[in-house]
Amino acid sequence: MEQKAWKGFTGGNWETEIDVRDFIQKNYTPYDGSAGFLAGPTARTQAVRAKFEELLRQEHENGGALKVDTDTVITVTSFGPGYLDKEKDIIVGLQTDEPLKRACNPFGGMRMVRSACKAYGYTVSDKIEQEFRLHKTHNDGVFSAYTPEIKEARHCGLITGLPDAYGRGRIIGDYRRVALYGIDRLIEQKKADKIALGDCVMSSPSIRAAEELHDQVKALEDMKAMAAMYGFDISRPAVTAKEAVQWLYFGYLAAIKEQNGAAMSLGRVSTFLDIYFERDLNAGLLTETEAQEIFDDFVLKLRMARHLRTPDYNELFGGDPMWITESVGGIGEDGRSLVTRSCFRMLNTLYNLGPAPEPNLTVLWSDRLPENWKKFTAKVSCDTDALQYENDDIMRPVYGDDYAIACCVSAMRVGKDMQFFGARANLAKLVLLAINGGRDELKGDQVGPKKPVWDEEYLDYDALIERIDFYRPWLAKTYVNAMNIIHYMHDKYSYERSQMALHDSTVRRLMAFGIAGMSCMADSLSAVKYAKVRCIRNPETGLVTDFEIQGEYPAFGNDDDRVDAIAREQAEKFYHALCQYSLYRGAYHTLSILTITSNVMYGKKTGNTPDGRKHGEPLAPGANPMSGRDKSGALASLNSVAKLSYDTCRDGISNTFSITPQALGKTEEERVDNLVSILTGYFGQRAHHLNVNVLNRETLMDAYEHPEKYPNLTIRVSGYAVNFYKLSREQQREVISRTFHVSL
Amino acid sequence: MKGHVHSVQSLGAVDGPGLRYVVFLQGCPLRCAYCHNPDTWEYGAGEERGAEELVRQILRYRPYFGDKGGVTVSGGEPLAQPAFVEELFSRLRREGVHTALDTSGIGDPAAAERVLAHTDLTLLDLKFAAEEEYRRHCRGSLSAVLRFAALTAERNIPLWVRHVVVPGLNDTVEDMRRIRDMAEGFPNLKKLEWLPFHNLCLEKYQSMGIPFPLQGVPPMDADRLEELIAKL
Repeated sequence: MEQKAWKGFTGGNWETEIDVRDFIQKNYTPYDGSAGFLAGPTARTQAVRAKFEELLRQEHENGGALKVDTDTVITVTSFGPGYLDKEKDIIVGLQTDEPLKRACNPFGGMRMVRSACKAYGYTVSDKIEQEFRLHKTHNDGVFSAYTPEIKEARHCGLITGLPDAYGRGRIIGDYRRVALYGIDRLIEQKKADKIALGDCVMSSPSIRAAEELHDQVKALEDMKAMAAMYGFDISRPAVTAKEAVQWLYFGYLAAIKEQNGAAMSLGRVSTFLDIYFERDLNAGLLTETEAQEIFDDFVLKLRMARHLRTPDYNELFGGDPMWITESVGGIGEDGRSLVTRSCFRMLNTLYNLGPAPEPNLTVLWSDRLPENWKKFTAKVSCDTDALQYENDDIMRPVYGDDYAIACCVSAMRVGKDMQFFGARANLAKLVLLAINGGRDELKGDQVGPKKPVWDEEYLDYDALIERIDFYRPWLAKTYVNAMNIIHYMHDKYSYERSQMALHDSTVRRLMAFGIAGMSCMADSLSAVKYAKVRCIRNPETGLVTDFEIQGEYPAFGNDDDRVDAIAREQAEKFYHALCQYSLYRGAYHTLSILTITSNVMYGKKTGNTPDGRKHGEPLAPGANPMSGRDKSGALASLNSVAKLSYDTCRDGISNTFSITPQALGKTEEERVDNLVSILTGYFGQRAHHLNVNVLNRETLMDAYEHPEKYPNLTIRVSGYAVNFYKLSREQQREVISRTFHVSL
Repeated sequence: MKGHVHSVQSLGAVDGPGLRYVVFLQGCPLRCAYCHNPDTWEYGAGEERGAEELVRQILRYRPYFGDKGGVTVSGGEPLAQPAFVEELFSRLRREGVHTALDTSGIGDPAAAERVLAHTDLTLLDLKFAAEEEYRRHCRGSLSAVLRFAALTAERNIPLWVRHVVVPGLNDTVEDMRRIRDMAEGFPNLKKLEWLPFHNLCLEKYQSMGIPFPLQGVPPMDADRLEELIAKL
């Protein structure tokens, strides 16, 4: 079978070992031409798109969920086959047996399932309740081990967004392996790896590894059984381009059936698939229109992925996100561009199917990318606002040339690294905690170690820094403890056997910490250093609950080293504080500056801050400057963010950039050229990530007033795209109020 | 050498080719009816900045300039501070940065020549095609503008003519043809840009307590401007 499947491919290490990168490097065809070859949607594509959009409309009308199955716990094989249109589907497979029907996945936590069902007008069936009375969940496990200190820090919003009630996600299976090798070969490898374990003494790490490998083999068997329900035999490798897409998608489908993960990313599949498309196109088995049609149908299926989550969760993260991130482009270690025709096809789905948040298309930017590709991506940004850009030139030296982005900004080597994801520490709140001697400024509770409340009238920079230096290690330790507990329990009660079956048996683990409120913290410290900040106390509690600023201070976002250096230093200090504590399973510490849309909620949990921000006002998203304070123009704002160090923030530094079309240039050609120049200049300074929105504030205002007029309006927020209408009213207002770069 | 700077904009995408750092200088001899920067009129106001320090700041944006972009000095009227612009441009040129002068052309011709010696591109606003109209609506002299344009031609510095089209003031095909003919008379003309009048400056006038001469004039409709251009 391999002979037929691999016919025409250049051989290499990939034939004898599981080595997808080697296969890509030996076989792909770089493309530096223009987008002129692309094909539009076929009548079939238009018909299934219309059918899907009608379902979307019903889903929205229905309050967010079209249908919930409360009787069947979702596993890889528990639902029979489902179709959008059985006659017309080219790529098949849905999570449940009906389109957009959501299912219960209680392994992460039963509480989340109950409240999600309730929110959409359903009740979990007695059957599931009964089953999970006997089955401990990840959520149960975590709360049996949490310390009082962790619970306090979590409760007051100092550490937020911990994945302790649902699937952690941010693991990317190497779904390409299913297509290239077929399941049987992968099982063979896993069995051999398990036998090799027998050579060492059985201690808890090796026993756990043996059990996990056993479960991975079971998961691979289940994938085969699932594919068989649709009439496919994926025990063997894929033979055609269409099969390669289908096989790969089955791997992904198994993952999203098994896990209700926070972010279920796809990886880096376009250039891999291109090898199959090139082979079929050259052999005359496919036309360009047919090739594009396969991509369109694949992406349509990805857009149908759904998890059952609570409206609270959706409110926190803005919409109903899956983070099906697909990374496209980049440069190989040998200097050849990894852009292929299929990278163009992947982006072309945004035209053929209309703009949408999923899959979360991520362009790996390098100065050395072909000019035609750079211009095409900039054009797609101007037309759809659906792309994000990340700097391949700074990630490649760390992660090689076969990494992908999970979620928004988290790089990992596909099939070789996995991530323990989790949460953010709120640095703006840390400043307040330091001022108030470890007490929560809003509720008054003693959260951290006790010190006297700041007793001088004015804040003093050096003394305040000293206090923050005292509280930071405590916060880092509490945070590390929470993460260690969470990931221990997730491995124990909700192990990702399907995704890990598509990894090497020995993986590198990254534990991804995060910070929120960085620019608010930097501005607060800048105000203390360069202006005068007077404390205003609550007479009843004695806590410092407000501030009066006398004079002016430099704000982050104006390319002013005085404050930008503070931001950089504080991010570095937090990373180093985390590194003092060892991590579960020998994981490596990484740090992100990313909030997605949760900056709105964090703002509610953070009292008045010394920069003049009032309680309840949103923090800035990701590493963005505080809204309205970057007054020196867009490039000054970008320069400030570019100064943050990727070396200490290897889990990513997110920045969102919104500009009106008029400010970007007078003609489409100028706008495209200028956007390319912006990306070149920003990433040339070793910046990490940029979301790009090219749209008018007036459009957003109109969409706020008349959501029905804009069902497809997609905008980029910190790290991913959302349908504007799916944001809460509050988040919509926050997005509208953000700095738009306008010039006249 | 110090100059009076009204403000800077790190991302200018509409004042010359590519991405540009735009420096708005303080002080202007004209009082154009449709001026949208009345806050730049007064001489000696604004922030005093040294040319060397400003260049240092500008160079932080060089990564964005690419092979097209650079710096545009606008105003106010840059030729009202010719020595400062001359030093700024000569320093930028030494660094290999493209320099564009966004001007009305009004100023001392000898000083203007010294600025032009370091200028890569001139953006010239002609405003009106007849001396009488120019005096009435701008309180300046068209012949001075034409003398300046001749200087740019002598030095063969690429010239973009930019012209604001104001409803009711200069928005007939006849008006526009006269401007076009004048512009096309310059041998170094590379581009003619028609800019639609907008009234977003009204707030500025109100907050400064100055009556806006074009109060009540609607913004130029983009489609109508397209139609007019098509008829030329």
